Amino acid sequence: MPYGPHSADDRARMLEAVGVDSVDRLFDDIPEALRSSPLRMDPPEPELALTARLLELASRNRTDLASFLGAGAYRHWTPAAVDQMLLRGEWYTAYTPYQPEVSQGTLQSIYEYQSLLAELTGMDVVSASHYDGGAATAEAALMTCRATGRERLLVSRGVHPHYRRTLETYADGAGLRVDEVPLAVEGPEAGTTDLAALQSMLADGAPVAGVVAANPNVLGLLEDLPRIGALAHGAGALLVHVIEPVSLSVLATPGETGADIACGEGQPLGIPLQYGGPYLGIVACREPLIRQIPGRLVGLTRDLEGRRAFVMTMRAREQDIRREKAASNICTNQALLALAAAIYLAAIGPHGLRDVAALGAARASELEAALAAAGAPRLHAGPYLNEFAVRVPDARRVHARLLDRGVLAGIPLAELLPADPSLADGLLVCATEVTTPADIATFADALRAELAGGAA
Amino acid sequence: MVPGDLRYTKDHEWVRVEGDVATVGITEFAAHQLGDVVFVELPAVGRTLAQHATFGVVESVKAVSDLFAPVSGEVVATNEALGSRPELVNTDPYGEGWMLRVKVADAGQLDGLLAAEAYEQLTAEG
Repeated sequence: MPYGPHSADDRARMLEAVGVDSVDRLFDDIPEALRSSPLRMDPPEPELALTARLLELASRNRTDLASFLGAGAYRHWTPAAVDQMLLRGEWYTAYTPYQPEVSQGTLQSIYEYQSLLAELTGMDVVSASHYDGGAATAEAALMTCRATGRERLLVSRGVHPHYRRTLETYADGAGLRVDEVPLAVEGPEAGTTDLAALQSMLADGAPVAGVVAANPNVLGLLEDLPRIGALAHGAGALLVHVIEPVSLSVLATPGETGADIACGEGQPLGIPLQYGGPYLGIVACREPLIRQIPGRLVGLTRDLEGRRAFVMTMRAREQDIRREKAASNICTNQALLALAAAIYLAAIGPHGLRDVAALGAARASELEAALAAAGAPRLHAGPYLNEFAVRVPDARRVHARLLDRGVLAGIPLAELLPADPSLADGLLVCATEVTTPADIATFADALRAELAGGAA
Repeated sequence: MVPGDLRYTKDHEWVRVEGDVATVGITEFAAHQLGDVVFVELPAVGRTLAQHATFGVVESVKAVSDLFAPVSGEVVATNEALGSRPELVNTDPYGEGWMLRVKVADAGQLDGLLAAEAYEQLTAEG
């Protein structure tokens, strides 16, 4: 089978059939000024030279570090079966087939993803799927505006800043107002959503469509989601619960927190860390909102002969039918990544997922003790699962110096949340089941040496 | 045959006027074109509609279409039966499949609506 779809001969025959003498003539109707200039590309290279160059570039990645970086993307162990299954050629189709019912296997895989995520989140409906956690959060927020007919959103600063920026971009185009709810600065609730501020923001100003909050939040802290939900619902607004999926095996699910919509990043479910993705956006909701959820939905039914059959359902609100009035105009999906998440969840099982979360929490607790002993106590008092902030004087400089000592010490909060001066001395660090006691010792020793002013 | 006692819009809504209240639905022609109706989204009672503005959507297995207010006025009732039995729009479009009742704000707008004969001609032309 040829690599290219059309040979020069094929093209010549097609041009002859339509009666023009060159491909360029087909673009005559587009004014010259609007046509793209030629792409500036390097000349072709032999495969041998190209491979050597790419390997050289790849070798500049630091893979030798003891890593404590999380902040929205998490290292996990993935069973070998996940990648092996993904390599099967049957899955490498264009995302959702547009003649879907002939692809029963693809539809079944999407249906199983939806079912697993529905169980994990405690929600009734899961769409498959979205680009990433940021896009999913923005879509979830827009759902609340359509459902309530209101045009103002409240977003906790405990939601990842990248998600907030994505939401602002979506909201700007849609003419919606987004107000950010601050985090409490002092006391046992420091670092979590300021509930008094939330209450007054709900009471003042335009009616609020939805309140968006994360659990755990971007600082790793657990939020009082049921309380946030009660305040939102009391003002006629919906609650959007931003999830981290692994944590749902041990923390309250959106079904239990009273959330109307759940959304978040699916990367922790068997998807490797990759700069720029592809990642996986999760959106789930309760049944009354089913007509507001964007993206593909696959249902289970019976065909004319009574056999089990999978179908695309609720399609009439999608952009291929409803055009500019669709529930979303960005509802392409990440079918292969959703499949990875489904295989991961099926392979590891509910007990396995609890083990993953519990082991991460145990390692994080060891990390907390080791860093405190090395001179970096926690920045906040509230409970966390597997990610937390520590106080380190001159955190950005220390972070950079620790790289030379073989440690990726999370992320300086001055970079992640630069607008918040109370976090300026913070490093956000995380542990998962792949964090080893040796990694923790390396980090603590390096930090102790650095804080003592020792040479690397 | 379309009922002779109703008024119609080019968007295929019908209007039955009783006193100052107009009952609104979609025509049999529209329901047939849509196919099996699976969901009808209607406004809250108390909302004020402007003539020609969208007041809801009707969803069939193959399409979702906007519903347009034939007259201006306040919504005084919606057909709650459609929540569980949206198929009434197909089976009885001029009766049990009604959608909402509006307190007519400007009776003059009624004169601008189509009579049965004119609507029938419109659908015959396609």
